[in-house]
Amino acid sequence: MEAAIVCHGLVKRYGEITAVDRLDLEVPAGSLFGFLGPNGAGKTTTIRLLTGLAWPSSGRAVVAGLDPARGDIELRRRISHQDQQSKLYGWMKGRELLEFVGRLFGFRGPDLRSRVDEVLEKTGLVEAAGRRVAGYSGGMRQRLNLAQALMNRPQVLFLDEPASSLDPAGRHDALDLLADLRGQVTVFMSSHILEDVEKVCDRVGIIDRGRLVADATMAELQARFAEPVFAIELEPGQAAAAADLVRLLEQSALVEGVGRSGPVLRVAVNDAARAGPEILRILASSGVHIARFERLRPSLEDVFLRLVPSQQPHEGSG
Amino acid sequence: MRGFAVLFIKEITEQWRTGRLPVVAVIFLLFGLASPVLAKYTPDIVKLAASSIDIHMPTPTIKDAVAQLIKNLTQVGVLTAILFAMGSVAAEKESGTAAFVLVKPVSRFAFLAAKFSGLAMTMTAAVLLCGLAAYLYTGLLFAPLSPLGFGAACLVILLGLLEIAAVTFLGSTLARSSIPAAGIGIVALVVAGIASSLPNVGHFTPFGMNDLAGALALQQPASGWGGPLIVNAGFVVVTLAASWLVFRRQEI
Repeated sequence: MEAAIVCHGLVKRYGEITAVDRLDLEVPAGSLFGFLGPNGAGKTTTIRLLTGLAWPSSGRAVVAGLDPARGDIELRRRISHQDQQSKLYGWMKGRELLEFVGRLFGFRGPDLRSRVDEVLEKTGLVEAAGRRVAGYSGGMRQRLNLAQALMNRPQVLFLDEPASSLDPAGRHDALDLLADLRGQVTVFMSSHILEDVEKVCDRVGIIDRGRLVADATMAELQARFAEPVFAIELEPGQAAAAADLVRLLEQSALVEGVGRSGPVLRVAVNDAARAGPEILRILASSGVHIARFERLRPSLEDVFLRLVPSQQPHEGSG
Repeated sequence: MRGFAVLFIKEITEQWRTGRLPVVAVIFLLFGLASPVLAKYTPDIVKLAASSIDIHMPTPTIKDAVAQLIKNLTQVGVLTAILFAMGSVAAEKESGTAAFVLVKPVSRFAFLAAKFSGLAMTMTAAVLLCGLAAYLYTGLLFAPLSPLGFGAACLVILLGLLEIAAVTFLGSTLARSSIPAAGIGIVALVVAGIASSLPNVGHFTPFGMNDLAGALALQQPASGWGGPLIVNAGFVVVTLAASWLVFRRQEI
């Protein structure tokens, strides 16, 4: 698939500090890319480099076929940027702000009005459109920020924490909206909410101290960081059968150990590929009734914590 | 200049909606009205205030009214120019709205041009409003002035104010917040004030041109002002060009 964003050895230095360090990245067109990292890892600097608000110290980027360092107006026609830090113009009304943005993109007359109506509808701001932005709540302002970023039907949409101020319903709507863009728009989204990224993104990049430490699909990350552990959840009322099952499992040469927590058994194995069928055979022969059997997959949070050790909780902390 | 018209309209609307334009208009109007009144009645006020002392005050003339206007307009104008220009670019960088606009298909030149044009338009409207009020009241209290000469005098004062605004605007482009920008404007003000009293140099400074404004308003002979006018107008252009050179490749 063609790449909408490409970075080749992108470096950004501020004096002695290297904010982005030899970043190599390819984001396929039409995909939703989650960009993760701890505070100060270089996420915002990367977005600023890719949107032409800052220039690289070395290396090169191509966004929607153009180099952002050239300050090309055509690039800014093809992209959009939603920055949660931006205060927007508080003296404008919601609709006015979208009309202002639309005019900057060349919309006029009925085209402008219909496009504004469309994005207001999409972001659930129809009723608040006539109110001043200064009176908006944090969540409404974030929706408006997303609405303005959609005005030009961008090829590439850069989102900085797009759902951080939204309530659960608002987050759900915003993520649905982003999911609907799949295949039409390339979304480059930085977020601290790993659950959101896990829910909507096809591909994830993790940056730490300016360096990209992972760039893969969710499935690839889960496979790479999966522990060789299976979970078996038993139907209720099988305590005696469970004890027999544990004994049978422990006799297998492929099983390293079995832990039990209520109705759930955790089976650690030394060869996951061979152990799966072996465990299923043991289950079938034991006659126990099971509610669930699965290979445990790591969550994005597990992967993130493994790759960014500075984010590990301190020992002994709650 | 892509995006200039949309950004310029936004600047003017913002000044109106945030109350800056009406407030400045009212203040300048009051100063315009007050200048000839103060010139006319200051001797009477002084006599009333110090009734036990025998003070001989000369009879006020139209010359006093014009001098009072130039003094008032320069003082309030300089303050307004610095206050308006200090946050013009810096405040937008600080709040993130500059980045919000500059990732859209607009040129940085248009962004700066719209900002300074909006500022210059407000200053022009304020100075002309002040001038109109002063012109009418001076005619009522003293004698009619030449409208052309008086209009030209207002434009000369406006040029001086735009110089201070342009330097503060450059500061606002260089800085990331309004306070350092105001500092640069105030330093320019002090330097211009000192330079205006220097022989041979004074006429080439914003305040040095007040003599020309007075002469034009009173229709007195004024020669040798071509050079200072060109230098002062050129200073505005050069300062704005410097702002653009700074802003053109500035990281937002």
